[in-house]
Amino acid sequence: MNIIIKLLSPFEKIGNFVIYTVNELGSIVIYIWDMILSVAAYFINLENLIDQMIFIGMDSFSVIGLTGLFTGMVLSLQAYYAAKIIGVTYMIGPTVALSMLRELGPVLTALMITARCGSSMASEIGTMRVTEQIDALEVMAVDPYYFLSVPRILAAMIMLPVMAVLCSLIGIIGGYIVYVYFLGLNHVTYIDKIYQYVKLSDIYNGLLKAVFFGAILSIISTYKGFQTSGGAKGVGKFTTQAVVLSSIYILFADYILTSILF
Amino acid sequence: MIILDKLSKSFNGIKVLDDLNIKFEDKKITVVIGRSGGGKSVMLKHIIGLMQPDSGRVLINGIDINLLKKKELNELRKKFGMVFQDGALLDSLNVFENVAFPLRRHMKISENEIKKKVFSVLEDVGLEGHDKKMPSEISGGMRKRVGVARALILNPEIMLFDEPTTGLDPIMSDVINNLIISMHDKFNFTGIIISHDIAGAYKTGDIIAMLYEGKIIEYGQSEAFKNSVNPVVKQFVSGSMEGPISI
Repeated sequence: MNIIIKLLSPFEKIGNFVIYTVNELGSIVIYIWDMILSVAAYFINLENLIDQMIFIGMDSFSVIGLTGLFTGMVLSLQAYYAAKIIGVTYMIGPTVALSMLRELGPVLTALMITARCGSSMASEIGTMRVTEQIDALEVMAVDPYYFLSVPRILAAMIMLPVMAVLCSLIGIIGGYIVYVYFLGLNHVTYIDKIYQYVKLSDIYNGLLKAVFFGAILSIISTYKGFQTSGGAKGVGKFTTQAVVLSSIYILFADYILTSILF
Repeated sequence: MIILDKLSKSFNGIKVLDDLNIKFEDKKITVVIGRSGGGKSVMLKHIIGLMQPDSGRVLINGIDINLLKKKELNELRKKFGMVFQDGALLDSLNVFENVAFPLRRHMKISENEIKKKVFSVLEDVGLEGHDKKMPSEISGGMRKRVGVARALILNPEIMLFDEPTTGLDPIMSDVINNLIISMHDKFNFTGIIISHDIAGAYKTGDIIAMLYEGKIIEYGQSEAFKNSVNPVVKQFVSGSMEGPISI
């Protein structure tokens, strides 16, 4: 009998995982639907929206700027070693620019904002959940999705593309600094080749990715915040889940979007 | 009139409310006492629609709140005020903004009128001069009083109190009990208090009910309750370990 139970246990685990995943996906769909209903039922609270845009945008600028700068510098340096071998160092500019605009700008921005703001969204809403503040909002006839989630999700969808562009631009500048001042190459070639090889579609497809990433990180983070239970330990646990899940979904969505858009 | 009609609720197979029936009379304060973890808060959350029953009805003036749409439920909730166990103040807002919150959300009145109403209700609960403090800067008793002020700001018809004296010293408990009585006299609301504070229940309640094993096992005016012959009530009131209540 024990052997049969042991043999069945992997299937039980798989079954539990499938049930959990289906349940979780269903809950997220219901959560998104609740928010759509909230947006349809009320006007958007501009004050809340602007607060969140400042938090996700302006307050994240230094982190995003530094991330972009060092990434661009490293890219330029790494590209140099490869380009030097086959004598195409003039292609370093487009390599840095295309990598930043199409891929690294949106993805790194999304991951950094997940770490900085997604964790904050989940822990703030989670703390409100365990201290009955969300119940208090409901009792005061305030829709908590409208009041807490909608401004955060809209702000993330608006600010992620802006921050991704800034990250990419600073990355390109970082690449330029290494190209011209550390590697001693011609600055005109760097800029000229970027103009030659970067298309407008590279920029707006990167922006479109950032909009999706903004939606993913904010929906997952606020959803996990609302799911929180179990006191301070629960807040920590659900915040970690929010960051990990958002990061994984962003990377997964990046592959899907790249294969569709480019 | 609020009626809970055959209300049942289970969590993980454990029945917390079991065909519970009770009526809360208009303009009176009913105190529901019972053991910690005995389902009192669950019952209160059903009354305001924060939880849905597995079966049974919650009737507010004849309307089954579980049949209402979200917007209708929110309209009905404007008639309620609720004081949470730990205040449940919005911790990003100061005392003034917490009390003003329902006004800003639901009433189109000038800033001056908001100030006038908030300062008036803060005076009622004895918190004048504390309006700029953050929730983290005030004591537990003050947080509860801010909670009372916030709940009263829209002149609700029904006030719900979730363990209003839990965690407070006896003097502060008495302050809160007196505050409930004076606010009831002033605003004339229907009050529902859940508590395990027997002295407080006798002081504030017009009617006292006892919830035990998911059912109301005793219901009556304070005097009748004191003289109850039910052994469970007797044991609970006396606070004795010996008796029919399993520990």
